[in-house]
Amino acid sequence: MGSITLFKKMVFAGGLALSGAAWAATPSAVMLANTCAACHGTGGSSVAQIPSLAGAPAEYFVESMKAFKSGARKATVMDRVAKGYSDEEIALMGDYFAQQQQIPMKQSFDQAKAGQGKRLHDKFCEKCHEDGGRKPDQGGILAGQSMTYLTFSMADFLSGERTMDKDMKKKVDEMFKSNDKSSVDALIHFYGSQQ
Amino acid sequence: MISRRNFIKLSGGAVAIGTLAGCAGGTSRSGAGGKVVVVGGGPGGATAAKYLRMADPSIEVTLIEANPRYYTCFMSNEVLGGDRTLDSITFGYDGLRRHGVRVVHDTVTQIDPASRKIMTQSGQTFAYDRAIVSPGIDFKWGAIEGHSAELAESTIPHAWKAGAQTVALHKQLLDMKNGGTVVIATPAGAFRCPPGPYERASLIAQYLKRHKPKSKVIIMDAGDKFAKQGLFMAGWKKHYGYGTDNSLIEWVSAAQGGKVEGVDGSAMTVQGAVDKIKADVINIIPPQKAGKIAFDAGLTDGDWCPVNKKTFESKKHAGIHVLGDASNSAGMPKSGYSANVQAKVCAMAVADLMAGREPGFPSYMNTCYSVVAEDHGISVSIVYTFDEAKNEIIGVKGAGGVTPADASAEALRREAHYAHGWFANITNDIFG
Repeated sequence: MGSITLFKKMVFAGGLALSGAAWAATPSAVMLANTCAACHGTGGSSVAQIPSLAGAPAEYFVESMKAFKSGARKATVMDRVAKGYSDEEIALMGDYFAQQQQIPMKQSFDQAKAGQGKRLHDKFCEKCHEDGGRKPDQGGILAGQSMTYLTFSMADFLSGERTMDKDMKKKVDEMFKSNDKSSVDALIHFYGSQQ
Repeated sequence: MISRRNFIKLSGGAVAIGTLAGCAGGTSRSGAGGKVVVVGGGPGGATAAKYLRMADPSIEVTLIEANPRYYTCFMSNEVLGGDRTLDSITFGYDGLRRHGVRVVHDTVTQIDPASRKIMTQSGQTFAYDRAIVSPGIDFKWGAIEGHSAELAESTIPHAWKAGAQTVALHKQLLDMKNGGTVVIATPAGAFRCPPGPYERASLIAQYLKRHKPKSKVIIMDAGDKFAKQGLFMAGWKKHYGYGTDNSLIEWVSAAQGGKVEGVDGSAMTVQGAVDKIKADVINIIPPQKAGKIAFDAGLTDGDWCPVNKKTFESKKHAGIHVLGDASNSAGMPKSGYSANVQAKVCAMAVADLMAGREPGFPSYMNTCYSVVAEDHGISVSIVYTFDEAKNEIIGVKGAGGVTPADASAEALRREAHYAHGWFANITNDIFG
């Protein structure tokens, strides 16, 4: 009965350092992530108003879920959802979505606004939201994200419902010194144009 | 979970490490091959077929569905209210074909669990290693006196399976006079889409408000409470004068005599426990049970199909999995989202079982949006886990729930947007 010995060694002694129940009760990353797809799109690439998760840095995903869970970030639905997952499960999902290739959303946009948005992006946003908002150093992916969602997000940032970090606040304030409020809309059209 | 006994049974020496790693990982593994036949191309069956191919492309997946197109029940209330076309809730099966699913349009007449064969109306036979049966609902005709399938096809549409029935009910609303009465009768027992009748009342009221403001909707309810009740009623007060003399919506609970006992299609009356009501449009949503093939194949116990909730394998016949509305997954509502998620859990379990692996621990979720008015959405969202000892799907404690009662108008507006976003994503996830 070598397997019993091995079982004991693995479960009760070293290696896994988990009780049988704890190990078995954690679903796999793909099992967890699959449950998100009905709202956030297959593999985390959304085709509509709900944000894509695919390709977002794991840290951003984990930070967002924890903020939803604690109530620090307001939400319509995600505050209720995030409370359903352990930190371990959130980490698994974060890694899973970070590994998925985002399929940019197909949506209509205003070419002129997008052009203006690109200039603003290069000047104020590119440093953190690199590669035209495709490869973020911080935050989520902006390029190819739903413009409706981006509009909601920016409205929340500007009203103070959602807290901007120090760097973002500085850049947004700087942008508003030389540009009016329509610059936000231009940026959104630029990100929407990245398909 | 793998019990210790099963673990020992499954494993031998060093193989045990491999088994454990498989459980913890759960992404693509070496192919199992073999044949799976999926019966039913609604949200449950179509998702299962697609995700099974995604989990293990070496498995041959055949989907048998009678109709070349599927009309989603979800968002069909917007078609009734005139805010959406039937086209926008119509889906074909080319997306599944692109995933390598063999799609056969035929009607399954028999499932033989002993020889593992499925027979169809056209005389074809399909052998399977495992079958996934997702037949949706069937109606219990005769529960209401005078009611019948024929009556539903002619004058009293149910519109609880979308398509021609949705069109028929919509047309009746268009033809109705200003000042008319619409009756919606809700079903007793477990039924598909628990908030659906109340969303339907809301969107018909919205149509009446815009076009026939002297009219009203009366909900004759077989129960005394309903899904998202407080949120619906608050929305009705805000948009439809609920609670005033001029309300576009009246709700008659079972305690107030709301349970419909009879219907007369010629006189256009419904008999409640207390009053007989004359109406211009009558929508009886009949009581429900699992789809016909589930009964024919001996998969039912009572109205629904008992299953192992970790794998959705039937408790009646090994090798057949039943999911979606037809299964008795009472912990989750009978919704499109539930069927979609159960199908993924089932597909992964089937891929594991085909390869001789112990299925991984499941995770489930359901979010149901309801549209109360154009810019007013509400939702219920629950994360579920599996209680192996009880074989139950249970909500994770301290999580989930409905839209807060004090949600701002802006939050409700966003929920309406997200309801539509959800619709686009889930239908793409199922059929795309």
